[in-house]
Amino acid sequence: MIEVRQFSFTYDGASSPTLSRLDLRLDEGELCVVVGQTGSGKSTLLKSFNGLVPHFTGGRMSGDVVVDGRSTRDHKPRELTDVVGMVAQNPAASFVTDTVEDELAYAMENLGVAPAAMRRRVEDTLDLLGLHDLRDRPLGSLSGGQQQRVAIGAVLTASPRILVLDEPTSALDPAAAEEVLASLTRLVHDLGLTVVVAEHRLERVLPFADRVVVIPGKGEPVRSGPPQEVMVDAPVAPPLVELGRFAGWHPLPLSVRAARRLAGPLREQLARAGPPPAAANTSDGEAVVSLRRLSVSFGAVQALREVDLEFRRGSVVALMGRNGSGKSTLLAQVVGLRRPDRGRAQVLGKDPAGLPPRRLIASVGLVPQDAGLLLYSDSVAAECASVDHDAGLAAGTTSTMLDRVLPGVPRDHHPRDLSEGQRLALALAVVLAPAPPVLLLDEPTRGLDYPAKERLVELVRQLADAGHAVVIATHDVELVARAADRAIVLADGEVVADGAARDVVCHSPVFAPQVAKVLAPDPWLTVAEVRGRLAGSPA
Amino acid sequence: MSGRRSLSPSPRALHPLAWWAWAAGMAVTAIKTTNPLLLALIAAVVIFVVSSRRTSAPWARSFSFFLRMGLIVIGVRVVIEVLFGQRGLPGQVLFTLPRVPLPGWAAAVSIGGAVTDNALVGALVLGLQLAVILLCFGAANTLASPYRLLRSLPAVLYEAGVAVTVALAFAPELVVTVANVRAARRLRGRPVRGVAGLRGMAVPVLEGALDRSLQLAASMDARGYGRHRAEAGSRRMGTALVVAGLLVVVVGLYGVLDSGALDGAGLPLFALGLVLCAASLLLGGRRSIRTRYRPDAWRWPEWAVAFSGLVAVAGISVAEALGVAGIQYSGTPFTVPLLPVLPAATILVGLVPSFASPRPPEAVPRTAPALAASVSSGGVS
Repeated sequence: MIEVRQFSFTYDGASSPTLSRLDLRLDEGELCVVVGQTGSGKSTLLKSFNGLVPHFTGGRMSGDVVVDGRSTRDHKPRELTDVVGMVAQNPAASFVTDTVEDELAYAMENLGVAPAAMRRRVEDTLDLLGLHDLRDRPLGSLSGGQQQRVAIGAVLTASPRILVLDEPTSALDPAAAEEVLASLTRLVHDLGLTVVVAEHRLERVLPFADRVVVIPGKGEPVRSGPPQEVMVDAPVAPPLVELGRFAGWHPLPLSVRAARRLAGPLREQLARAGPPPAAANTSDGEAVVSLRRLSVSFGAVQALREVDLEFRRGSVVALMGRNGSGKSTLLAQVVGLRRPDRGRAQVLGKDPAGLPPRRLIASVGLVPQDAGLLLYSDSVAAECASVDHDAGLAAGTTSTMLDRVLPGVPRDHHPRDLSEGQRLALALAVVLAPAPPVLLLDEPTRGLDYPAKERLVELVRQLADAGHAVVIATHDVELVARAADRAIVLADGEVVADGAARDVVCHSPVFAPQVAKVLAPDPWLTVAEVRGRLAGSPA
Repeated sequence: MSGRRSLSPSPRALHPLAWWAWAAGMAVTAIKTTNPLLLALIAAVVIFVVSSRRTSAPWARSFSFFLRMGLIVIGVRVVIEVLFGQRGLPGQVLFTLPRVPLPGWAAAVSIGGAVTDNALVGALVLGLQLAVILLCFGAANTLASPYRLLRSLPAVLYEAGVAVTVALAFAPELVVTVANVRAARRLRGRPVRGVAGLRGMAVPVLEGALDRSLQLAASMDARGYGRHRAEAGSRRMGTALVVAGLLVVVVGLYGVLDSGALDGAGLPLFALGLVLCAASLLLGGRRSIRTRYRPDAWRWPEWAVAFSGLVAVAGISVAEALGVAGIQYSGTPFTVPLLPVLPAATILVGLVPSFASPRPPEAVPRTAPALAASVSSGGVS
């Protein structure tokens, strides 16, 4: 279906090629997962499948990409619409019309499909993706998972043979991600579509994959094959695969079900070796943030209802819940971006909304979902200098902090040209430089690969040990398993669970990490814990 | 019982042009009268129809904005009258502002002076007229999706139409971006107000806007936007025709308006320009391979809605021609305005859409209200 031959691509002004001499062949009816570290060129490869690279981005290319017999050299994206459907990372930014039905019809209108056929195909697509109840709804009123499905439907109506998705689930909560992935598998199995997905959250997509393509970057050859074979030594691996590698399971399990069937001996071994680590104590430490009967509403929607919470020094708190459950609103309250309708929020005994800027950034720091929003300057060095100036710090403080967070970020780069991990590190350094005792992170792992995530976990643990109170709003259960002491689950603006992270996540079918699901009923959270216990015991 | 069935058509979106025709009729009626009673009647009719047929779509939320704008317009009109209004009108002096002496060359403008009740009432009436016209425009905007309106345009104009849709979608996005950037600046401990705040915010906001439009362009291209049947030659031909046609139209129009110029060649030139433009539309229409998904139907409810607006205009025009008293009201001398029966009755015909038009699909109680449902169900549904 897709044939990539000796494909190299260099962006304009880049010193080295993003992809070099890449060879790849994808067959019909496969769900193919493209994995690789950030900056390895995954998105570039995906965009080359429908000609956005090079026709839309510019740059220098050599070699060839042939899709269903058409070379992207002489076919523009619009001439490949009926072969390749491309779903962008942020579906909301790709909508052209204003209601679900019109959005689905848009591509067909451009292709000049006859009205009767158009009507039929829209109905089929609505049914196929379970969008039937939403047909008249304005696109802006849909949830993240629904928007993602509409974006898939919108390219599907042009009846392409190939569907390409760039990180389709990274912004979604676990349940919405399941819903999107279920739709994708249905397309592969029922329609025989070829689906290509790039995703950092491998734990979500790997169970559905027929083929894994590893792009190692740095000009090394691409590896491609069945997931059981490729994942044995791929540079990135979800916890399940890590556990399988550690326990020496063969064939490598890719789903919780497969792993559980192999995990009997490991569970017995662990039971002999001793109990899992106890749940962390979450009531120690000085309370630095207190929320009392906090209620916030936007129009008719109640975003937070009577929330009572305290965040303490020395602990990492995970804030979980569906999209729209009030996580971000709660963080905005703690930094005083908005005054509550009722109740009060206090940071170090003061109302954050009333603090002057310099006092505020010395008390509480928030890294928003899009970390780039915090960065204004045109180079990393200038950014660091401006923080020193704004916060009244000694020159070089922020730069030193950046080296602590992530060494080796090039100082002369524009913040926009950094990798996701580097940009997050810079935003963290910017926020941490004035040494606020409270650090809030909103969905920090979006777009991060496993090594970058690992560094984030280490940093967060160090900060907590140094007496910071860290609050992370996240959908990433694996991050919660590794970093958090305490977990809070919000639903419709109310706190529905609050306790030690180990207790909260292990008892939830939605939020339990993979290792916990495999080793239930004992509450193990990470591979490192399992490894540590078995290494430390004579058994 | 076909009569009863026909009075409650099945739910669907009315043709946007029908709503615009109705709203235009009401607006023209408002332009033709300065009687505050008639103006208030028009406003009431428009508000009633909007409240009975609006949806919860984003564009439908703009009506309250137009209402507020209307009130502001009245207020501004009165304030201007008080400050700069014409002096020496008859009537009782309500209060006197200190006069600001102006140099001789500005003698046409006066600032301050005595304000009479007649002047104030006149300003109120004119403000009300403007507000009602604005309200009619707002009603059309609220009842008809701007996107659906653009879809009814001929194929050639469609591409320009898409640009407008994108711009329309851009405004709410911009509001979100500005809010985000403001929040981020506060998180950095930077000023969010004043000149420094504005300067610091402009760049990130524009950057965000640019990013978004690039993403949108990529998405549109990937979904086949701009696919044409014919080769580049006929496309260039079409563009050349449009440019030439518009040029000739402008020259011709100049000739028509300024009778001394061009020795009477204005009208023929104007006509030639129009023909050229029409040819380019035709050529472009042939080139485009676009088809339309579920084009809006024009059935009897559309006729009824559009016609009801026309009736209001006809009523007031006839009354004007017959010399019915009370259509114009100046506030000088100050009297209680009359209510002329014929125009009032035909304005009330403007209520027809509130029952003759089909209910919009969304208003049917099939599921929970859109916004609440999406928030409470999160990503699960």
